Amino acid sequence: MFTSQVLFFGFGWLFFMRQLFKDYEVRQYVVQVVFSVTFAFSCTMFELIIFEILGALSSSSRYFHWKLNLYVILLVLIFVVPFYIGYFVVSNIRLLQRQRLLFACMVWFTFMYFFWKLGDPFPILSPKHGILSIEQLISRVGVIGVTLMALLSGFGAVNCPYTYMSYFLRNVTDGDILALERRLLQTMDMIVSKKKRIAMTRRQMYQRGEDQNKQTGFWGMIKSVTSTQSGSENLSLIQQEVDALEELSRQLFLETVDLQSTKERIEYSKTFQGKYFNFLGYFFSIYCVWKIFMATINIVFDRVGKTDPVTRGIEITVNYLGIQFDVKFWSQHISFILVGIIIVTSIRGLLITLTKFFYAISSSKSSNVIVLVLAQIMGMYFVSSVLLMRMSMPLEYRSIVTEVLGELQFNFYHRWFDVIFLVILHTIITWTCFFLSSNYSVFS
Amino acid sequence: MASLDRVKVLVLGDSGVGKSSLVHLLCQNQVLGNPSWTVGCSVDVRIHDYKEGTPEEKTFYIELWDVGGSVGSASSLKSTRAVFYNSVNGIILVHDLTNKKSSQNLYRWSLEALNRDSSPTGVIVSNGDYDREQFAENPVPLLLIGTKFDQIPESKRSEVLTRTAFLSEDFLAEEINLVIEKRYFTRDPSPVRLSFYLLF
Repeated sequence: MFTSQVLFFGFGWLFFMRQLFKDYEVRQYVVQVVFSVTFAFSCTMFELIIFEILGALSSSSRYFHWKLNLYVILLVLIFVVPFYIGYFVVSNIRLLQRQRLLFACMVWFTFMYFFWKLGDPFPILSPKHGILSIEQLISRVGVIGVTLMALLSGFGAVNCPYTYMSYFLRNVTDGDILALERRLLQTMDMIVSKKKRIAMTRRQMYQRGEDQNKQTGFWGMIKSVTSTQSGSENLSLIQQEVDALEELSRQLFLETVDLQSTKERIEYSKTFQGKYFNFLGYFFSIYCVWKIFMATINIVFDRVGKTDPVTRGIEITVNYLGIQFDVKFWSQHISFILVGIIIVTSIRGLLITLTKFFYAISSSKSSNVIVLVLAQIMGMYFVSSVLLMRMSMPLEYRSIVTEVLGELQFNFYHRWFDVIFLVILHTIITWTCFFLSSNYSVFS
Repeated sequence: MASLDRVKVLVLGDSGVGKSSLVHLLCQNQVLGNPSWTVGCSVDVRIHDYKEGTPEEKTFYIELWDVGGSVGSASSLKSTRAVFYNSVNGIILVHDLTNKKSSQNLYRWSLEALNRDSSPTGVIVSNGDYDREQFAENPVPLLLIGTKFDQIPESKRSEVLTRTAFLSEDFLAEEINLVIEKRYFTRDPSPVRLSFYLLF
C-alpha cells in the first residue's frame, strides 16, 4: 500500500521535472514536493477504488486507508496549498517582502472565508453535522471540483472534434505562406527605415541642441524653442507611424504562425495516424451530441440515473439477447475495466491539459505560483471525480464510497455537473461559430 | 542615409532573460520601464561610428532584431521565426544568470539561427546535437551577454562567473562581464558607451 504511494510520488516528481519545469530552474523544492504529494494521494484514491472492486486487502484496512487518505488530501488541499500560493504571490510583490508570513496568513484567512461562504447557496448542508466536520469540507471541495470537471469536459467536448477532424481545416498553400512572409519582411524593413530616420534626426537634434545652447539672449532662446519644436513634432509623427507598423508586423507574424500550423495539420491528416484521429473525431462528435442530449433530458425531466451503466448493460444483454451468464462475476470484471479506463483517461487528459496551460501562461517569475494552482486544481478534480464515479459503479461497491465520504447529496452533484456542462458547451459553441465565421470572411 | 551600409544583428535567448530591455538600453539610452512579452520580432536601430576619430571613420546603422519566443515552441512558430534569420552579420546570445536552463538553451538557439543561414533550401537540418566544430568554421560572430547579475546574492557570484567562463569557452568566444547600472537620466543624457567587440 505504502510502496504504491511512494511510486506515485516518484512519478509525480518525474512529471514535474521532465514536463512542467523543462525550461525553468527549480529553486524552491517545496513546490515540487507539494505537487508530488498531491498527485500521489490523488492516485492512491483511485487505487483504493480499484481495490474495492477487486476485493483486494481486507475491508477494515481498506476503510482505514480511505479515511487516512481523505484526511491527508483535505489537509493538503485546504491548508497547505492555499497557504503556499499566498506565500509565493506575496513574495513576488516587492512592497510586502518584509512581512511575508503575516501577509500569507492573511491571504489564507481570506481564502477560508470565501471557501466557507461558498457552501451557503447550495443545498448541501444538513443540520445534523457540526461545523468542523469532514462532510462540510468535502461538500465544498466537491462543488468546486465538479465545476472544474464540467468546465474541462465541456471544453474538451468541443475542442476534440475540432482538433481531430480535417473538415475544419482551411486549404493553405505554400504560396499563401510565402506571400505573408514577404509582407512581414517588408513591414519590418519599413519599420527599420523609419527608426533609422528617427535615430538620425535625434542625433542631429542633439548635436544642434548643443550648438543652440551656446546662443544667449532673447532671440536665441526663441530660435532654439521653435527649431526644436518642429523637430520633435516630426519625430512624434514618425513615432506614431512606427507604432502602427509594429502592431501590423505583430499581426502578420501571428497570421503566418497560424497558417504554418494549419499546413502542418493538413500534412499530418494525410498520414495514417491522421486518418485514424479523423475517424475518432467523428466518433467523438457523435458521442458529444449524445451527451448533450442526455444532459438536457436529465435537467428538463429532473431525473438522475439510478442504475449504473454496467448493471444496465448486463440487464439488457440478459433480457433482450437471451445470453445467460453469471451476473456477479462479470459485473465485477466489467466495472473494473470501465472504471479503470475512466480513471486512466481522466488522469492523462488532465495532465496533458495542465501542461499545455502551464506552457501557455507561465513565465520565470510566476512559475511557482502557477504550479501550485495547478496542483490545487488537480487535487480538487480528482476528489470530485471519485464523487461522480460513484454513479458508474454497481451498488455493492458504492457502499464504501458513501460510507467514507459521509452523507452527501450525491444527486445534487450530478445535476450540478450537467448544468455547468451544458452552459459551458453552449457558450463555447456559440463563440466558436462566431469566431470561425469571422475568420472565413477575413480570408475570402 | 541610404548610402550607409546595413548591419543586421540578431538578439536571441529564452523568454524573460531581458533581450527587449537590453535592446532598448542600447538604442534609446534609457531603461525600459514596462517590459512586456515580445510577439514576433521587434527591431531597433543604433547609430555607431566605426573607428571614430580616425580618418576611416564611417557611420553605421546597427539593426538589432530582437526575436521573441522559446526554443521549445511549436514547429510552426519556429519555421515562422526562421524568416528573420536571413543574412545576419552577427548574433547576440542573451542568457539569464539566475536561471541555468537559459544558458543551456543557448546552444539550441545558436543552432537554430546558424542552420537556417547556411542551408539554401531553408530547412533546418541539425538533429539538435551540439558540435563545437560547427562553431569553428562559423563566419558569423557571436557575443554572449549574461543579465541580472545584480540579482544574484554575493555568495554565489564567483560560482556563476566560473560557469559563464565555461560557456564562453564552448562557444569559442571571449567573455566580457558588464554591469549596467540604472541611472536616472536628466534632460541631456550622456550616451551609454558600449563598444561592440566582435568575437570569433
